[in-house]
Amino acid sequence: MKDIAIVGYQQSDLVSDAGACNEVEMIIPVLGKLYEQVGITNAQDVDFVCSGSCDYLQGAAFAFVMGVDALGAVPPIKESHVEMDAAWALYESILKIRMGQAESALIYGFGKSSPGELPIVLSQQLDPYYLAPLWVDTVSLAAMQARMMLDQGLITEQDMAEVVARSRQNARRNPHAQLAGDVSADDVLAQETFVSPLRKADMCPVSDGASAVVIATVEKAREWGIPYAVISGIDHCIETHNLGMRDLTDSSSTRTAAKNAGMHNGAVDVAELYAPFSHQEIILTRALGLDSNTSINPSGGVLAGNPMMAAGLSRIGEVFNRIVSGEASRGIAHATSGPCLQHNLVTVLEKA
Amino acid sequence: MANLAAVVGIGQTKYTTKRGDVSIAGLVREAAVNALADAELTWNDIDAVILGKAPDMFEGVVMPEIYLTDALGCNGKPMLRVHTAGSVGGSTAIVAASHVQSGTFRRVLTVAFEKQSESNAMWALSSPQPFSTHLNAGAGGYFAPIIREYMRRSGAPYDVGIKVAVKDRLHGARNPLAHLQKPDITMKEVEESFMLWDPIRFLESCPSSDGACAMVIANEELAGQSPKKPAWIRGAAMRSEPTMYAGREEVSPQAGRDCAADVYQQAGITDPRRDLDVAEIYVPFSWYEPMWLENLGFAPEGEGWKLTMEGATSLDENGDIPWNPSGGVLSSNPIGASGMIRFAEAARQVRGDAEQHQVEGAKLAMGHAYGGGAQFFAMWVVGAEKS
Repeated sequence: MKDIAIVGYQQSDLVSDAGACNEVEMIIPVLGKLYEQVGITNAQDVDFVCSGSCDYLQGAAFAFVMGVDALGAVPPIKESHVEMDAAWALYESILKIRMGQAESALIYGFGKSSPGELPIVLSQQLDPYYLAPLWVDTVSLAAMQARMMLDQGLITEQDMAEVVARSRQNARRNPHAQLAGDVSADDVLAQETFVSPLRKADMCPVSDGASAVVIATVEKAREWGIPYAVISGIDHCIETHNLGMRDLTDSSSTRTAAKNAGMHNGAVDVAELYAPFSHQEIILTRALGLDSNTSINPSGGVLAGNPMMAAGLSRIGEVFNRIVSGEASRGIAHATSGPCLQHNLVTVLEKA
Repeated sequence: MANLAAVVGIGQTKYTTKRGDVSIAGLVREAAVNALADAELTWNDIDAVILGKAPDMFEGVVMPEIYLTDALGCNGKPMLRVHTAGSVGGSTAIVAASHVQSGTFRRVLTVAFEKQSESNAMWALSSPQPFSTHLNAGAGGYFAPIIREYMRRSGAPYDVGIKVAVKDRLHGARNPLAHLQKPDITMKEVEESFMLWDPIRFLESCPSSDGACAMVIANEELAGQSPKKPAWIRGAAMRSEPTMYAGREEVSPQAGRDCAADVYQQAGITDPRRDLDVAEIYVPFSWYEPMWLENLGFAPEGEGWKLTMEGATSLDENGDIPWNPSGGVLSSNPIGASGMIRFAEAARQVRGDAEQHQVEGAKLAMGHAYGGGAQFFAMWVVGAEKS
């Protein structure tokens, strides 16, 4: 099987409200910077394009259709779309390269969550007959999950606050971060709870933003003469939708995906985990068996900014950045979808 | 070079206005169970599930793969959700095939569905957007002016669309799964049905259906062991172009022509009318048959309507290249599934499994889907033989 590499990554600044800037206007500057980074002109210079977005964020059917307007798809291009985080668009693109129909691909994800009430919008992901009519929102479900962990003595509120403090500290080095600062665990604990036991700081912010990645076969990357990080493994796995049937204090699907992606075949210098709530970072860290040898969420993770449908792809991009800068030799990126970490994807990246 | 892959199981539901007897999960599971039974397999034999449907607003469930994983036996496995507008059923089959053709998986299940009775498609397609003209016209209103332009350019007689509407309903009457069952339909009945979006009459339009379609796709080794005849995937292609751009050819979109050229090249087809035995083509409004006959190279520009009028695309008139023997989109239209039904019906033909709507001796068949304002295309060619 051909070796495939990430050759470029860009993301927009993450903001709480992009205002009148529409989705296409969010995507275009990101793609422009990416083309410059990779040394290509536009989407015509890659063999396949795939995106991730969600109609309900935009409040319109076919949100991705206008996204195509950002690509310059004249003449027509080979293009596809997943109604998922763009990390899964990257997965689809890898299959396309593995089957020999492409040597390179552009992947982008975008989400403008500010116009709606995101936790309420996402409540409509739930079983439409039994759960969605209750309008139980994502924050409440996550709070329930955190409560179970606290009650079972698996974590303390201090542990959660330390995750937040590290995110804010790390994000100070991330120019695109929405939330960053010299915040301590005590500062977090001084906050009132919002949806008990969660404080607002335990939750990712609502963000508008976009990110994009170019992948290519290693041969193509060498031909382009640009730095790259090899994708040595990628896998994903979904669990039951019935929350009562899952152990919400663990993430077995993350563990399965990591094993299948070959995470344990070497040291993990860096891990970017898609944990929208502080306690979920702890669940993921434990499920993956990571210890202090791994730098976790050096970008600040999604607690520093959570552009829906792009944030999972951004995790992969952030690990790529650490590897090409020489900060890390090997790392993993995680993406998630669904309530309480139902569906998880793990990518392993290695230095060329 | 892609690994060989084949369709080894096909399952569909009976298409109808409202499946009030099943939930959304029940609907997709019914198609999946039928596909597994057809392949003589069980859930454990499936390595991944690839789900497709048109906009989530059609049922009001955001990213429904999250909820449907249990019904589709996917827990502990990879689940991918494809959405490429009306072409999604076709795109989903192609993405599912790539799971196997890439050598990553041995055998996958793909399912596409729409349960349109849960919502109102007209509403879902017409939510007003900031800075955009509000097009409260639905798909028919969007395509009617394009059809008029085709009529003007080609000089086709006014009743070509009527003929297609009759032909596909007569085909549909041979297919017990088809939503509309109109074995006695006449040209007069279609002509006298009320005008919806001039020149599209009520009976020249697709219905709104509930339904799901599923396929099991396996690699060469496993397909070789399958109890029933496999349909080998000989080529698959997708193309997209922007919704609007200066000089866009809306009557015969470049994306459709390029996509067809790509899939023909993969399948070794030089003359589609001669080389293919049958085609299942996405025709939601009658006049799209002559338009796609030209766009896909079955007829020279301006002459697609002649094939229709000669009966070349009719099973009942012993045409040389039957189009939509299943009854097509004009007989059943669960939007998100419609493309996959085309792909699956093409596979049924080369498996010799299409019963009353079988094209005798079909060896090579095409499945086609388009979506949006005809800017998204997905096509595949399947064969009774590997090459």
